[in-house]
Amino acid sequence: MSLKFIDVSYTYHTLSGETLAVENLNFSVEEGQFVCVIGPSGCGKSTILSLAAGLIAPSSGKVERGGGQFGYMLQTDALFPWRTVEENIFLPLEIKKKNTPAMRKNAIALAEKYGLKDFLKKSPSQLSGGMRQRVALIRTLAAQPETLLLDEPFSALDYQTRLAVCDDVHDIIKSEKKTALLVTHDISEAIALSDKVIVLSSRPARVVGEHEIDFGEGSPKKRRNSGNFAAMFEVLRRELGL
Amino acid sequence: MKHAKNNNYSVQHALYLKKIRRNKITVHIVRAAILVAIIGLWELFAQVGVFDPFITSSPSRVATTIADLAGAGTLFYHIGITLMETIVGFVIAVVAGYLIAVLLWLNDGVRRIFEPYIVVLNALPKIALGPLIIIWMGTGYTAIIFMTVLVSIIVCIMNMLAGFVAVDRTKQLLLRSMGAGKGAMLLKLIIPASLPAFMNTLKVAVGLAWIGSIMGEYIVSRAGLGYLIVYGGQVFRLDLVMAATFILCLLAGGMYAVVAVVERVVVKRRGG
Repeated sequence: MSLKFIDVSYTYHTLSGETLAVENLNFSVEEGQFVCVIGPSGCGKSTILSLAAGLIAPSSGKVERGGGQFGYMLQTDALFPWRTVEENIFLPLEIKKKNTPAMRKNAIALAEKYGLKDFLKKSPSQLSGGMRQRVALIRTLAAQPETLLLDEPFSALDYQTRLAVCDDVHDIIKSEKKTALLVTHDISEAIALSDKVIVLSSRPARVVGEHEIDFGEGSPKKRRNSGNFAAMFEVLRRELGL
Repeated sequence: MKHAKNNNYSVQHALYLKKIRRNKITVHIVRAAILVAIIGLWELFAQVGVFDPFITSSPSRVATTIADLAGAGTLFYHIGITLMETIVGFVIAVVAGYLIAVLLWLNDGVRRIFEPYIVVLNALPKIALGPLIIIWMGTGYTAIIFMTVLVSIIVCIMNMLAGFVAVDRTKQLLLRSMGAGKGAMLLKLIIPASLPAFMNTLKVAVGLAWIGSIMGEYIVSRAGLGYLIVYGGQVFRLDLVMAATFILCLLAGGMYAVVAVVERVVVKRRGG
């Protein structure tokens, strides 16, 4: 078990009042599993990732984290323009005080394995949007996290790039055997990527459905082309109340 | 940098380049012509008596005054004093202003406590503190440097703090998710990301430092370009006033140019 939410609730406090963002949330992410959380926009999906990462503590309930580090990937690549691609990838090593030659070598190997060899010394501004998001993923992986938390990592990309990057990210995470928790509002993205989809209600977020997805041999492309895709899409759409 | 001649361009492209070049030349010519016209007409009107050179001076009299000052050896003494006051005040204001901005950024409580004080100090015309400065710091150049710092430091603080606060939230979230504390956040993100704000601060501070040092010399001084201007005004030697003002123009422009060059080098090295 990599991550488990037990009766988790979270309330935001502002001067004008309090907002219950998530309520009695129960779900778990097994090791090596790719789990997508979908829900209407503004339902508190990002809150779930912040809770999972331990950036905020639940108001009630408990988030159990099986050992290992977490890596966070955001909507925008958030690459630092004053650093080269390589220096961007080293960033988590510097922050986590793991900036050893062995870790750096490992990060470089990872970057080269996934086609960034020729870009390492370049500035992020010289890269395409899809390439930048790949750099962001390799940066997340550089500190060797067990679990990846992805917050709508494709939403800033145009549709065609998005399809390509979606497959790209899936393949890299799977071949590195990482556990992943991804939040999105995109139904087809969730079906294409996940081993399990968790459907949330609008705010306060509660789990309204959980679906294991096992067709299409675990490849996003095959999933999208599978006859089961449309049926699954319809199920999720209804659960989202659309 | 000269580009090698490339004959592969189309005729349209050659015309386009020619047009751009012609525009650039025109701007330079008109710019120079305006300066020549002002100086020429000023000299002419003073010579033929349209202006009274006693009131308006004239370019030739300004040149003679500068030559006299240089001959007497006092020109570079006055320039040196003012330049020293301006540069020392500028450096102190920028360094101290930056450090204060960092402290305010690090501690939100401190920032909120001091905010109204900074706002009032910014709005206050610093020249009002003139008498106090003379009494506290005497009539030497310490008082003038203090005035220079006072005039420029508040803007340094406010500019840098605004630069720090404006740093992309997403990048801050990213670093926090990696477990970065405030120190790492500052060194890895806030300081490098706010470099353009710093360059902008330098440019603004240069101008303000000149205002501060000349204002300081107006209030209290025994040497410097500001002193020459005030003294020249009091004894009705407008040649001296104009000469000192002219030199001031050159120095202020030169110092700004230095900062602009530094900015270009820094931005280039950073791969902006």
